[in-house]
Amino acid sequence: MSATPAMLDAETQNAAMRGSVIHAANLSKRYGKTAALNGASFDVRPGRIVGLIGPNGAGKTTALKAILGLTDFDGTLSVLGMDPRRERPALMQQVCFIADIATLPRWIRVDEAIDFVAGVHPRFDRAKCERFLARTKLTGNQRVRQMSKGMIVQLHLALVMAIDARLLVLDEPTLGLDIMYRKQFYQSLLEDYFDENKTILVTTHQVEEIEYILTDLMFIRDGKIVLDTPMDALGERFAEVLVNADRSDAARALHPLDERQVFGKSIFLFDGIDQTQLATLGEVRRPSVADLFVATMKGTYA
Amino acid sequence: MSTSTATTFGWLVKREYWESRRGFLWTPFWAAAVLLILTVLGMIAGEVFNARTHGETQVQFGISLNQMLRGVSSHDMPELVRGLDMTMLSIAVIAGIVLSFVLFFYLLGALYDDRRDRSILFWKSLPISDTATVLSKAFAAVIVAPLIATAIVLVAYLAMQVLISLWLLIHGVNPIPLLWMHIEPFGIWLQLLVAIPVNAIWALPTVGWLLFCSAAARGKPFLWALLTPVVIGVLNTWVGLLGLPHIAQGFYWREIFCGALLSIIPFGWIGAQVGGVGFPIHHGHMFQGLSYESMGRALAMPQMWIGAAVGIALIAVAIWFRRWRDDA
Repeated sequence: MSATPAMLDAETQNAAMRGSVIHAANLSKRYGKTAALNGASFDVRPGRIVGLIGPNGAGKTTALKAILGLTDFDGTLSVLGMDPRRERPALMQQVCFIADIATLPRWIRVDEAIDFVAGVHPRFDRAKCERFLARTKLTGNQRVRQMSKGMIVQLHLALVMAIDARLLVLDEPTLGLDIMYRKQFYQSLLEDYFDENKTILVTTHQVEEIEYILTDLMFIRDGKIVLDTPMDALGERFAEVLVNADRSDAARALHPLDERQVFGKSIFLFDGIDQTQLATLGEVRRPSVADLFVATMKGTYA
Repeated sequence: MSTSTATTFGWLVKREYWESRRGFLWTPFWAAAVLLILTVLGMIAGEVFNARTHGETQVQFGISLNQMLRGVSSHDMPELVRGLDMTMLSIAVIAGIVLSFVLFFYLLGALYDDRRDRSILFWKSLPISDTATVLSKAFAAVIVAPLIATAIVLVAYLAMQVLISLWLLIHGVNPIPLLWMHIEPFGIWLQLLVAIPVNAIWALPTVGWLLFCSAAARGKPFLWALLTPVVIGVLNTWVGLLGLPHIAQGFYWREIFCGALLSIIPFGWIGAQVGGVGFPIHHGHMFQGLSYESMGRALAMPQMWIGAAVGIALIAVAIWFRRWRDDA
């Protein structure tokens, strides 16, 4: 991990001065009768890795499409100080995205893809891209249609990481990949790409795998942002307490977000309760993002 | 560090070529190659029959060699040169027909295929305007593909002359004074080259209509492109039968229907000058039609420019759909 907590604190202050990479206020978008976005508001600051997590149909992809200028919307949205609806070509010099796996055209060859991106993107570093590709088994005249999903993602990632952009948007970038490629994907991003001048916004279902690389967490539900917190603050705000059966009524009196049973004990999830108070009930620990997600999204799958 | 608009456009056109190399290069190439092969087969068959019958032989495969031979034997130079030009035109006609099919399907898929396989999300992740993207596809269709085809026509023509020279040699005739002294491939070839922009302007209604269907259709762009003008035509006829105001039948089918679907066929403006539609398949027509005077007359036809304006408007709508259609 390249960023220590101390560095992040300094960066947070820095970011406040530099302003937001993304500023969204009251974003709304309807497809027919369904609201894909319903007044979502959030800010993303530079030098952060933000996870946008939500169930299917919660509005993740629509939010990303709005940020990338791929769809129209109501509300205020500024990305790197630009309006993605009106200034898309200029914006895309500073923003990269990998939308889903396997969106590379199937007919293109590795060499052609590199030539083309090098030709049209002023911030593309060809040598860097070739260095990344040298670590893979890909060869220059190989076509995308001959590659496995994992290899396609390797090529896409090599192309994108060679672009010196300020914002990288990833929409389910590892869906359907096996564990080796998934680990490699995030490891490359952290080791070879991310630094304090870059910002990554990622949506995924596989929360467990990215939990440890995120600096910020956002939950989206029914088109609204229902949680927006730095990961550092997560442990201060949320606590999971392992409570013996005799104390569980006392725990319930504190209005936990969630309760589940493990080996005759109860695990309670609390939001914003003083942790010294919780310690009297039982063993306190930081909840996993997955448990927090399940507790927050209760009812959306019902 | 900045990439100029012209450079980006160049790469976009190159991308179109990479993606459609098979249609732009290999399809006209094989069409010309098949023509040459048929000519060789015809020569061989002619020789065989000649040997068997010891008489006059008609060689009818591929390019008509009789016309060549007549020119050669009569030492009638104008007719010889005309025969040589005919060879070039025949190859050009074949290449033009083949290219029409290639371009029709290329344009239908140009703004649809990448939405279907979602690779549009990759193209849209690059700093390229949708206007440049759509224009590069139109440019590839009306300029790049015809240039490649015209180059193939020239190469095939020269290959044909080599074949004929061999044939003349077999018959004990020296091809150099007879054939190579009189070859003026660049006369007619230059006319074919100059005709490319005329064809391009003429093709704009179909280019616009197909790009529009390709950008706007949520599925099956081929059916939309074909059935919409048919259904409108039938409804128009029906309205006419009821005695209500409608577009004149002949005008609708000849100008609107054919403009939307058939103006991609090269040299259509030659036939249009005499009220015909589609390819001027008759060699004589083609020959006079390809003159610079004829091109000038074509460019003076109001339907040339009305069609072009409609085509450009349709391309503008296609750009709008490319920008905002959000279904990948």
